Amino acid sequence: MEKTVKVSKPFMDDLKHTVFLWRKSRLTMIGSAIILIFLLMAAFAPLIAPYDPVHQDLQIKLQAPSWQHLFGTDQFGRDIFSRVIIGSRIALWIIFLVSVISGSIGIIVGVTAGYFGGIVDEVLMRITDMFLAFPSLVLAMAFAAMLGPNLTNTIIAISVVTWTTYARLSRAEAIKVKSQPYIEAIRAAGGGNLRIMFLHVLPMCISPVLVQLTLRMGTIILTAASLGFLGLGVQPPTPEWGAMVSDGRNYLIDQWWISTFPGIFIAFVVLGFNLLGDGIRDMLDPRLRR
Amino acid sequence: MNFGQFLLRRLFLMIIVLFGVACIVFFIANVIPADPVGAILGGNAPPEAVDRLKAKLGYDQPLIIRFGNFITGAVRGDFGVSLKTSNPVMEDIKNYFPATMELALVAITISIILGITLGILSAVHRNKAIDQFSRIFSILGVSMPVFWIGLLLLLVFYFKLGWLPGSGRLGFFTYPPPRVTGMYLIDSIIAGQWDTFKEALLHILLPAFVLGYNATASIARITRASMLDVLRQDFIRTAKSKGLRKNVVIYRHALRNSLIPTVTIIGLVFGSLLEGAVLTETVFSWPGLGRYITTGMLFLDYPAVMGGTLYIALIYSIANLIVDILYALLDPRMRM
Amino acid sequence: MELRGKLLDVSNLKVSFYTYRGVVKALNGVELWMDSGERLGVVGETGCGKSVTSLAVMRLIEQPGEIQEGKIIFNGKNLVELSEEKMNNIRGVEMSMIFQEPRSSLNPVMKVGYQIGEAIAKSKKIKIKNTYPEVKDMLRLVGLDPERVINSYPHELSGGMSQRVMIGMGLATHPKLLIADEPTSALDVTIQAQILELLDELARKMGNAVMLITHDMGVVAEFCDKVLVMYAGNSVEYASTARLFEKPLHPYTGGLLQAVPRVGRTDELKAIKGTVPDLVNPPSGCRFHPRCPHAMDICKLERPPFVEIEPDHYVACYLFKGKNEVREDG
Repeated sequence: MEKTVKVSKPFMDDLKHTVFLWRKSRLTMIGSAIILIFLLMAAFAPLIAPYDPVHQDLQIKLQAPSWQHLFGTDQFGRDIFSRVIIGSRIALWIIFLVSVISGSIGIIVGVTAGYFGGIVDEVLMRITDMFLAFPSLVLAMAFAAMLGPNLTNTIIAISVVTWTTYARLSRAEAIKVKSQPYIEAIRAAGGGNLRIMFLHVLPMCISPVLVQLTLRMGTIILTAASLGFLGLGVQPPTPEWGAMVSDGRNYLIDQWWISTFPGIFIAFVVLGFNLLGDGIRDMLDPRLRR
Repeated sequence: MNFGQFLLRRLFLMIIVLFGVACIVFFIANVIPADPVGAILGGNAPPEAVDRLKAKLGYDQPLIIRFGNFITGAVRGDFGVSLKTSNPVMEDIKNYFPATMELALVAITISIILGITLGILSAVHRNKAIDQFSRIFSILGVSMPVFWIGLLLLLVFYFKLGWLPGSGRLGFFTYPPPRVTGMYLIDSIIAGQWDTFKEALLHILLPAFVLGYNATASIARITRASMLDVLRQDFIRTAKSKGLRKNVVIYRHALRNSLIPTVTIIGLVFGSLLEGAVLTETVFSWPGLGRYITTGMLFLDYPAVMGGTLYIALIYSIANLIVDILYALLDPRMRM
Repeated sequence: MELRGKLLDVSNLKVSFYTYRGVVKALNGVELWMDSGERLGVVGETGCGKSVTSLAVMRLIEQPGEIQEGKIIFNGKNLVELSEEKMNNIRGVEMSMIFQEPRSSLNPVMKVGYQIGEAIAKSKKIKIKNTYPEVKDMLRLVGLDPERVINSYPHELSGGMSQRVMIGMGLATHPKLLIADEPTSALDVTIQAQILELLDELARKMGNAVMLITHDMGVVAEFCDKVLVMYAGNSVEYASTARLFEKPLHPYTGGLLQAVPRVGRTDELKAIKGTVPDLVNPPSGCRFHPRCPHAMDICKLERPPFVEIEPDHYVACYLFKGKNEVREDG
């Protein structure tokens, strides 16, 4: 339909439009605010947390929330508020490392498959399919259990099951880029395969992968927390949110606060990432950009 | 390509992928652990005990032989004997799987009905109250950890209100119905034991809702998005230009087209149900496959881990295959 | 009020779209009329509002667009004021529409016969399965093999065949008016001629009026009795086809005709200078003045009225004030 007159849209206009869309969507702004709070919380955690998160004091165990202990104390007398605050650092660390590792694996596999095509592509993509044939949590659990449950292995296990998305994405992107005339021109000028792949094709795949990474950050937290909850992730006394929820299971009836507060924080941060992700998706949707 | 060829091709691909899946499973349980037997028995175990367990697990043989044994066993459905239960793993799976299947089926039914309804309503009444409600409901559903929702609902409906039973598939004093499918809801109907049926239904309600919540949210979101997308298409304008009423345009012309992506997501969601089942079963002490493999992993019960994981991947692949078939049936273009 | 067209009389039609860039005044007082059985060509550049006009007549403008002002008198009823329910009894019954992209305009998951039958069933209030004899007649009429096509899905048809189906669907209810929005521009050149011929033949047979939206002056010359030229959401010139080609008055029409290649034409093809204006901030006065070689001071200040310069020849331009002051160099 010819509702608007087509005018060439310069970059500034585009940027303005993006900001317009961002501000128009209240939910996206709320999401951004949540993420900001989360980042600040992680950055200043030791300053915010009033107590040592792993210090046990059985004299004050299982105390209900009070001004002294905002979120109460757990069965070892540890201050839950401090544990939750410090826990944000662990969550952020997991998100960061998993994103870097799985993003790198995905982009390298994807670009290689897309750029070389043929048998290389076929083999790499079938391998990707094999990883996608598992429910990802189950696969991550198996890896974590066999590696031995701790923080490092949680990160490895989650990375191993999440790279597939980025591989598929960057493969599609690489196929698009490699047929561009300027790649032909570089090849004609004598550029080698590896050189073209890493210097010219790979950089073009980074931004879609980055977008996808931000969209998946909520899932990473959930997976890490699930592993922690099942006892296959980060181990106590490290204040990981999922493991903390699990800690409180046996005290659910009378000491509801042990499980409740870490759970609220997981939900809160994941909510922030999801709202932001929705917003990003909408902003990048060409149909909504009109 | 006709439908038969399409099916054959998909089956062939699935077999290749399943072989790869078996390789991954074998790799996880046999290559990753540096000292599998030592990890089970602890550092101070006497050498004879270590040797005995090694022989029992087959770890005294070279890797390649073990791989061969694993694959040939898996094809026959023989995954060895569980270290924890001392039963053949396949027998355990047969006992535990129906509970998971029952839970997943009830959950997916709830979430398909609820999700599609919510999705359509919010697309049709875009930005109205129902849309806002559905958005909040959905975004919470994909944000809250399954195990946490489970614990909260358990706290409210079992501990505080006492309206619903807390854990397990049946009350402590009730005998399961005679086994036909292993799913108590169905078996109790077959046996005509209505009290048992009612009890099983009450027991499954909470876990199934918890398990299905996330799926409901995904289905509602994708249905809404694809419905909005379809409503923008040219053929919808054609339908309107024929003077068809709004409801006819929506339900006759748009719905089927918008369900095509929904069907795909249902397949993915079924996979996430198997994941969620691991967590839900732990929260509600539901004796299913998810709990079986979790316990297996915690106790380093290698045969149980390998068998259970492979079995879940198989179910997941079959679910995806069914989705592809449904997809082809819904969209005549796919059969080309 | 006296109507200029017995079948359809659109006056002062204003449609706006609310976008992030501001309000797009897509139609700014369009004038248009047709008699029964007549064929009107609506021409203009991309973005001039011809498609929006046709959708507005069908009352198919959707959010974020809105009809803000004006009258659409069709068959004695003002469509702008009708309820959605009453409008549904006119759409697809008394007037129907075919579109530019025939393939995407058909529902991909429904058989073609069903989609045509749906239109008939609705206007006759019978069951869809009882319409099949009539559907077959219609398919035969548009030159398709009924037995083969009736149970086909749209993806099994070519673009030309799909457009034949669309035409059959549009005419199946014997409407008084068929609106064809660029019906041939998405098709191969050889198919274009066939489709146009079919439209011509069927309109003759069934006696319906046709509003043909196009940017192709050649198609207009071949097919239409009357022509309306639109520019940036305004009607700028209306005349019989012969008259318009022979003696175009509005400077824009002159430019449009000079940009048409024709066999045997020896003079230079000229493109109109400048670009289509931005409708969020349209030029003041006459929207064409920035591109007009004859622009005067008044053109920048006030919008020229759409007036009858000669019998049945209307122009919106200050170069022509009365019936006697026609300049020849337009």
